[in-house]
Amino acid sequence: MSTLTSTMPPEGIHITTDDWTEPFWQAAKERKLVAPKCGDCGSYRFPPTPFCPNCQSQNTEWPELPDTARIFSFSIVRGIPTVTENVILAVVVEFDGIQDVHVVSNVIDAVAEDVKIGDELSVDFIDIAEGWKLPVFRLKK
Amino acid sequence: MVFSVGVTDEVAIVGVGATPYYFRGESYPQTIQEMACKAILAACEDAGISVKDIDGFAYYSEAGGGYGQKLSTADFMETLGIPEVTFSATLTSGGGGSAGSVGLARAAILAGDATHVVSLMSLQQAKVRLGTIFGHMAPDPQNSFLQPSGLVGPGHLMSVLTQRHMHLYGTRREAFAEVAISTRENARNRPKALRREPLTLDEYFNGRMIAEPLCRYDFCLETDGAVAVITTRLDRARDLKQKPAKIVASAHGGRREWGRGFAWYGMNDPDFAASGHAPIAKRLWAQSGLSPQDIDVALLYDHFSPMVIMQLEDYGFCEKGEGGAFVESGAIRYNGGSIPVNTHGGQLSEAYIIGMTHLLEGVEQIRGTAINQVPNAKFALATGGPATLPVSGTILGVDE
Repeated sequence: MSTLTSTMPPEGIHITTDDWTEPFWQAAKERKLVAPKCGDCGSYRFPPTPFCPNCQSQNTEWPELPDTARIFSFSIVRGIPTVTENVILAVVVEFDGIQDVHVVSNVIDAVAEDVKIGDELSVDFIDIAEGWKLPVFRLKK
Repeated sequence: MVFSVGVTDEVAIVGVGATPYYFRGESYPQTIQEMACKAILAACEDAGISVKDIDGFAYYSEAGGGYGQKLSTADFMETLGIPEVTFSATLTSGGGGSAGSVGLARAAILAGDATHVVSLMSLQQAKVRLGTIFGHMAPDPQNSFLQPSGLVGPGHLMSVLTQRHMHLYGTRREAFAEVAISTRENARNRPKALRREPLTLDEYFNGRMIAEPLCRYDFCLETDGAVAVITTRLDRARDLKQKPAKIVASAHGGRREWGRGFAWYGMNDPDFAASGHAPIAKRLWAQSGLSPQDIDVALLYDHFSPMVIMQLEDYGFCEKGEGGAFVESGAIRYNGGSIPVNTHGGQLSEAYIIGMTHLLEGVEQIRGTAINQVPNAKFALATGGPATLPVSGTILGVDE
């Protein structure tokens, strides 16, 4: 039986925030996956940055991303020096209808060899250091 | 000085110098600065000028000495006795600027700011290992969106681009193997190369998977050493010791669709499974009036084997998506290929000095003195990156 995919050891995952990224992480604490959307022209951007790259506005909304996540690309990472036993499936996630958001994450509890580009995903959240939560994904059954 | 408008071939690389190459950490207890000075002195000797003639420094990678240490013009002046410097500047970001550093030197020279300009890299990985560098960085608000994923090094990041290339175009691991194997073949007769034993397809496929689809043989070496090149005006170059290697074209930069590239992953198709070099290629062909068919030898930044394939596509040596089949056909072989690639053994097999060995080999090919000389080579392409912008490319040519 293959080792199921996991994340880096969660207690060792540290993040920091600034004014423009903190809303993403505060939403994650409430188990919501959000992304910055321009309050003027409606363009998405990711990761969060201080300006809309389309119209340079700083007005920002934080809608939840739709439940249409798919694997855009991925890598199967093995043998990271500190966690040699883990199989980590790193993914770039796309959302149908939102071209400008790619979320970099992990797919957990999967058999790595069975995963392919285009597979549908659902979001979950895991506890990481300092009381934050990290969005991760699972294959939709 | 008077230059005609629009000239792009009025400067040349006239001197190249390098230290021996070392496996990661083995250059210790030399310092980065000491190795850099050795390379500069060797380049001056090669050019036939005194180090006291140096008056400019055109760096890349933020004037970094590898990653985490700094190259310092003031230190070079003090250490080597350089009396006055009239130009000292760097391209931003990382290895993407290597080939473009001589373009920065050209800008200084054509502006009349300096006459003998050094571009260089010195690298020692005794303290920090580049292969997992992102895993060691302190979290910041931007890398907090990347670092938790376990993509701990540049190769891990690029494996994700590679997977998409395979998905879109049917590219096979056999193609990556061909890049690794053909590059190794080129290193076999090179005394300074750190990997000279032949690499077989079996060994390749038995190599440890690091970030699937990439195995250890797709990753460049982790090495130490220094390489310096000296650029000057072409009329001055003609009076010096060596046959000048003209800078026919040089460009750095890139488009937002690539942007932070694999430190961001915001690209969509076709930019995701690409090298970010298409806009550089376009400018080089426009500056030079050349086309891919005119290039005799391509020295493509080979930190990871699939990125060679994506550069072959972005420079137009083959169509987009056909890079895998192109290399599998034997097209990049020194013996019998239509466009010999990384005749020096590249970063995959000779040494990784963040792109400077590609410039060095380009100069030797244009001089006609390369160990794996392409007969009658008139134009050599050297590239820096794929990486966070700027990426860069330079075409060197024979002075006729």
